[in-house]
Amino acid sequence: MKRRDFVQIAGLGLGGMMLPLDMLGNPVPAEALLDSPLTTVQKKQFADAALNTARTNGATYADVRIGRYLNQFITTRENRVQNIVSTESFGVGVRVIAKGTWGFASTNDVSTDGIKKATERAIAIAKANSKFQTEPVRLAPVPGYGEVSWKTPIQKNSFEVPVSEKVELLLGANSGALKNGANFASSNLFQVNEQKYFASTDGSYIDQDVHRIWPTFTVSVIDRASGKFKTRDAMSAPMGMGYEYMIPKNEDKLPGPRGMFLYRNSYDIIEDATIAAKQAKEIISAKSVEPGKYDLVLEPNHLGLTIHESVGHPLELDRILGYEANYAGTSFASLEKLKSGTFNYGSKQVNIIADKTQVGSLGAVGYDDEGVKCKQWDLIKDGILVNFEAIRDQVHILGQNESHGCCYAQSWNDVQFQRMPNVSLAPGKEPYSSAQMIKDVEKGIYIAGRGSYSIDQQRYNFQFGGTTFYEIKNGEVVGMLNDVAYQSNTQEFWNSCVKVCDEKDYRMFGSFFDGKGQPSQVSAVSHGSSTARFNAVNVINTGRTI
Amino acid sequence: MAILSKEEAKKILEKVVNFSKADGCSLTLNGADRGNIRYARNSVSTAGEDSNVTLGVQSYFGKKSGAATINEFDDAALEKTVRRAEELAQLAPENSEFMEPLPQQTYLGESKTFSEATAKITPEYRAQAAADSINPAVPKDVTAAGYLQDSRGFSSILNSKGLFAYNKQTSVDFTVTMRTNDGTGSGWAARDLNDISKLNASETSKIAIDKALMSREAKAIEPGKYTVILEPSAGGDLVRLMLNMNARQADEGRSWLSKKGGGTKLGEKIVDERVNIYSDPWNDEVPASPWSGDGQVRKKMDLFKGGVISNLFYDRYWATQKNVAPNPFPGNAIMDGGTTSLEDMIKDTKRGVLVTRFWYIRPVDPQTLLYTGLTRDGTFFIENGKIKHPIKNFRFNESPIIMLNNLEALGKQVRCVTSEGGPGGGGGLLIPYMKIRDFTFSSLSDAV
Repeated sequence: MKRRDFVQIAGLGLGGMMLPLDMLGNPVPAEALLDSPLTTVQKKQFADAALNTARTNGATYADVRIGRYLNQFITTRENRVQNIVSTESFGVGVRVIAKGTWGFASTNDVSTDGIKKATERAIAIAKANSKFQTEPVRLAPVPGYGEVSWKTPIQKNSFEVPVSEKVELLLGANSGALKNGANFASSNLFQVNEQKYFASTDGSYIDQDVHRIWPTFTVSVIDRASGKFKTRDAMSAPMGMGYEYMIPKNEDKLPGPRGMFLYRNSYDIIEDATIAAKQAKEIISAKSVEPGKYDLVLEPNHLGLTIHESVGHPLELDRILGYEANYAGTSFASLEKLKSGTFNYGSKQVNIIADKTQVGSLGAVGYDDEGVKCKQWDLIKDGILVNFEAIRDQVHILGQNESHGCCYAQSWNDVQFQRMPNVSLAPGKEPYSSAQMIKDVEKGIYIAGRGSYSIDQQRYNFQFGGTTFYEIKNGEVVGMLNDVAYQSNTQEFWNSCVKVCDEKDYRMFGSFFDGKGQPSQVSAVSHGSSTARFNAVNVINTGRTI
Repeated sequence: MAILSKEEAKKILEKVVNFSKADGCSLTLNGADRGNIRYARNSVSTAGEDSNVTLGVQSYFGKKSGAATINEFDDAALEKTVRRAEELAQLAPENSEFMEPLPQQTYLGESKTFSEATAKITPEYRAQAAADSINPAVPKDVTAAGYLQDSRGFSSILNSKGLFAYNKQTSVDFTVTMRTNDGTGSGWAARDLNDISKLNASETSKIAIDKALMSREAKAIEPGKYTVILEPSAGGDLVRLMLNMNARQADEGRSWLSKKGGGTKLGEKIVDERVNIYSDPWNDEVPASPWSGDGQVRKKMDLFKGGVISNLFYDRYWATQKNVAPNPFPGNAIMDGGTTSLEDMIKDTKRGVLVTRFWYIRPVDPQTLLYTGLTRDGTFFIENGKIKHPIKNFRFNESPIIMLNNLEALGKQVRCVTSEGGPGGGGGLLIPYMKIRDFTFSSLSDAV
């Protein structure tokens, strides 16, 4: 799924007909999402056609991805359905190394002939680009895994749930918000299923079935007299789960400040929308923040985005090397800083882990898109930078001979490249709850949910907002705040982390739309953490008059 | 078959409309050939081409509609697509806001969006452009990273009420970042065009190289309110944020265009009276399609005239609710320039900052259109009429509305590329150099 398609589907696009775009896939009846067009035997035959063609045409390495990408989006507003779209995109991408250079081609002609032709094109591109090659591709070794499979451990396939049931739930959330004072309420449910078959000349044939789900809403409250409007977005997270995420369980519900709830591995959209309407009304008349230094108590559904921008991105090796210099940028986290073994990225409380296997996360797969078995590894240990995020053709630059397994392509017709794995802050080891954390703060702000975010091209200076802000005075939450954003510098911020709550508070934040590359590709990624405290962070007031 | 002629497109669409058994249908037929080349570390990293033509069918029964698309064009595939759209329409819930398609419209002439030269771009051309960009970097001890993408294609629509429209277009986007090998300087330059013959990759790259060399060893100055001279890419990135002038959101009270007590700010003077922004599909520099995606006629339209909000955009449904004529989202935006040269802007500045571009611009408060972001790839301190030295990048928190109230001078117009890639929001964007007082920089960044 591409971001602009999401924008179009979600009805946020401007002008034009509400037709789904071909990039997303062809619209299909909902039942068609449960079909399986090819058996693994057929996929293996097609894959072998590509690999054999590559070998006989001079490729020293080849991989092939036969992908079927299914999406269903339901968008609603107040008491009506705006759009229900089910899409399918099916095709093959072939990547080769010839003359020491990468080449890639794709086709939606999933036949032996179509796949052979795409392979020949990939080889021709590799040979043409080899003229500009200064460093031949060097791949870290990967064992051939033979014929293996992996599936997201879902309990209920969301594509099997009748559309009418999902619509009813979303309209129920809108109704809950409207009955509690919202002027407008819109809600959406996005469901994704990537059926990916990967094969390579290393001897792997990997069949994977990946599921993701994301319920979300926006509730708006308007005060006509003052001309003010405020919105409150959902406290849900996109998850690597099935429809079980939509069935609320008490054990997944954590109490937040002032009657608010936060959610772990299941979500109550109606309850959250109801609370959201009440909160949005409260925000309209909340106190505007006094700028200055505050101790921040950041809950996981907020902190996840800060982790994403200030840790996940700067530690991408391709970016550090300059491959993203013309777009996303480079990084302050240099090879020298890593090699020194002493670069204090954060305080001793900061342990950051990369993990492509975490159950329920968006990034979890068995194998990445170049056939590497996924794993977990340390990025920051006791505050010290210890590793980056790297794939097969670059990990040797770190003096390592094993890929980290974080290669991904958004579709069969896009070339795979290094993407951010799930990057998470480890929970504190001592028992410590978020309620205790608030009690220990004298002058602070508790921030929940994602908001505005911006960071420079080398990932030093950032500014974040949030969904809701609560003022803490002498260990008590005294009320909501408005116009809050905090600014800091990555290293300074992570060194101001003085405490992380224990694992009982641990939850995941997620994003469907991490963007990178030219042409741009999106990737879905989660970031887990427990609530954490950062001392003396600079808070600005964002209120203005126009 | 990526670029079909008007006649070829119409023939296919007429065949498809004849398969329809619904109350009616709207069809789109679009195609494009696209190519790109990407380079980094003074070497090509990826290159590719793709080609596709897609038919979209939206069928309706009463207020129930369904859509299907396909990229196969034999009769059986076309008919199957129509049947699929009709099946989906029958299953869909009623949409009370559904609007029947428009009848035939009279468009105001052929567009200028197509260039033969761009249509002829080859992989060799792209490789040469990359080489022309990389080659001047190497002897200057600078590393090039860049991206060139081009597209040639057509758009057409036809519906069961008899409307037909066709347009063909080409586009070129070229961006290049040059970084000095000591890591202390970075420069950027970009071009957004319809006609590739106007691109000189070597000249554009040399601008980025000069900026990189000039921006080495930047000094920190205190954040605060500064007079700024914004190059068109920087100014355009903020101006485009004002151009989503959606009437419905304004009427609903959830837009910066909503008025205290109800209603909208249409007709109110909101920025400096020298601010004139309009849309014109036939502008030579930023041509746009003469029709909107749903077939409405696009014409020259004022957005801000003498600083006054002149128009809001009404979709067809909302126009019926408000008893006004629908007003489609425009295909481009042009801001009038002035006669002050960049040199004179600098000469007349006692203390200020010259900004090449902004980066990572994100909304902070939709109520006031407050945005945050950073300067990037060439930020310079001006003192007593001269560029004194490069400075470290700043984070800003600013609203384009406040910015355009603090206008000091306007210069030459340039077609812009937005900082996160692609042409200006809603289409081509023609923006002048701008001098602005009291622009809010709120913190420093160490990023180069």
